[in-house]
Amino acid sequence: MHEVEVTVTINGAMRTTTVEPRLTLADYLRDTCRLTGTHLGCEHGVCGACTVLVDGAAMRSCLMFAVQADGTEVTTIEGIGADDGELSPLQAAFRDCHGLQCGFCTPGFITSMTAFLRDNPAATDDEITGALAGNLCRCTGYQGIIQAVRQAAGQNR
Amino acid sequence: MKPAPFAYHRPETIEEAVALLAELGDDAKVLAGGQSLIAMLALRLAVFDHLIDIGRIPDLRGIERREGDLWVGAGTTDADVERSSLVADAVPLLAKVTPFVGHFQIRNRGTLGGSIAHADPAAEYPAVALTLDATMHVASRQRERTIAAGDFFDGVWTTTMKDDELLIGVTFPEWGGRSGFGVEEVARRHGDFAITGATVGIELDNEDRIRRCSIGLLGMGSRPERALRAEREMHGRPADEIDTTELGQLAIAGLDSVPGDLHGSVDYRRRVGAVVVARAWTGAIKEARRA
Repeated sequence: MHEVEVTVTINGAMRTTTVEPRLTLADYLRDTCRLTGTHLGCEHGVCGACTVLVDGAAMRSCLMFAVQADGTEVTTIEGIGADDGELSPLQAAFRDCHGLQCGFCTPGFITSMTAFLRDNPAATDDEITGALAGNLCRCTGYQGIIQAVRQAAGQNR
Repeated sequence: MKPAPFAYHRPETIEEAVALLAELGDDAKVLAGGQSLIAMLALRLAVFDHLIDIGRIPDLRGIERREGDLWVGAGTTDADVERSSLVADAVPLLAKVTPFVGHFQIRNRGTLGGSIAHADPAAEYPAVALTLDATMHVASRQRERTIAAGDFFDGVWTTTMKDDELLIGVTFPEWGGRSGFGVEEVARRHGDFAITGATVGIELDNEDRIRRCSIGLLGMGSRPERALRAEREMHGRPADEIDTTELGQLAIAGLDSVPGDLHGSVDYRRRVGAVVVARAWTGAIKEARRA
């Protein structure tokens, strides 16, 4: 099957590659770009682990083909913290509040909530728990995650 | 790579898209937001030789008033519907139901037209289209035509659109007067596919009698359903005298293909379905009284 050329700006760096159309954005990021911080859990849009920002909007990278990202700017978990390795306020809040245990789901939570808090800087507790429904975690029990997002929202207030 | 190989097409106009559909026929599938299709391709529940990506066609996007109705372009994302003050003002039921469509990450990519053309019986937009008697606008290379919502949904994931037709937009009638709307849904977690749900519109006259009402059901058959008999029986009755428990029972009485699966048996869906109708009705009445 013929390959197509895609140009995507990933965490600020533009990259042009030829890909098979059936390559998902998630596999493109992980296998082609070797950015393995984007995790794949269910691979059909349920768990949210693979969430990245496409032109600033949180999206499931498993429910998108790399060709559909042509011409967009993608931010992965690798692009959330500062260049010198300093954590973003949300990442720091996850550390402070024990918002992660094994860490597998964490990239999806961080990317999702980074977009959510940008758009809802003064989010209420109900809005926070509603927004968190799109990501699954199987070990922390969510309380630490909710606490972390509340802390980060407080810093935004 | 999980999906089977396919050739990718990205038309930039509706004309190009329908020309591709005419040429490729049923070997091709339209890719809108992909929030259902890509999962199905990954699971190989669906295999197509060609995908026609309509995500970059500007004419398929937009929300505007057209001749007393609200036009929503098929490629308009759920997130754009959710943020639109025009939708909230003109078709409140559409605004109310949108937060139930997937999670916000899904709504950033999923489209109204994609959901309606996909025709999942448990999805929200098909149920709202049916509840409000919306009109589907479809185009092929030869012609454009309209299909009433009542004639559009044919079964699980099937519509009466032909292989060479593209859904380009949906018009929703605006309800005036003292009208109110209600949405109720039961799902394992908010944003997941509904086990059952109801979408209700009610217009009251000045004496608080039911001037018009419409009751839609989702997840209760092989396509979205309307509780037409219940609607007829409510018509003209004083809102105060309606027993909502009886109404719920009446609404589900005629359903003969209620699905059962690991999330809920047929009996469970029927019991809970009657309750969600009653709750959605109560919410709609409350809102209509305030209008």
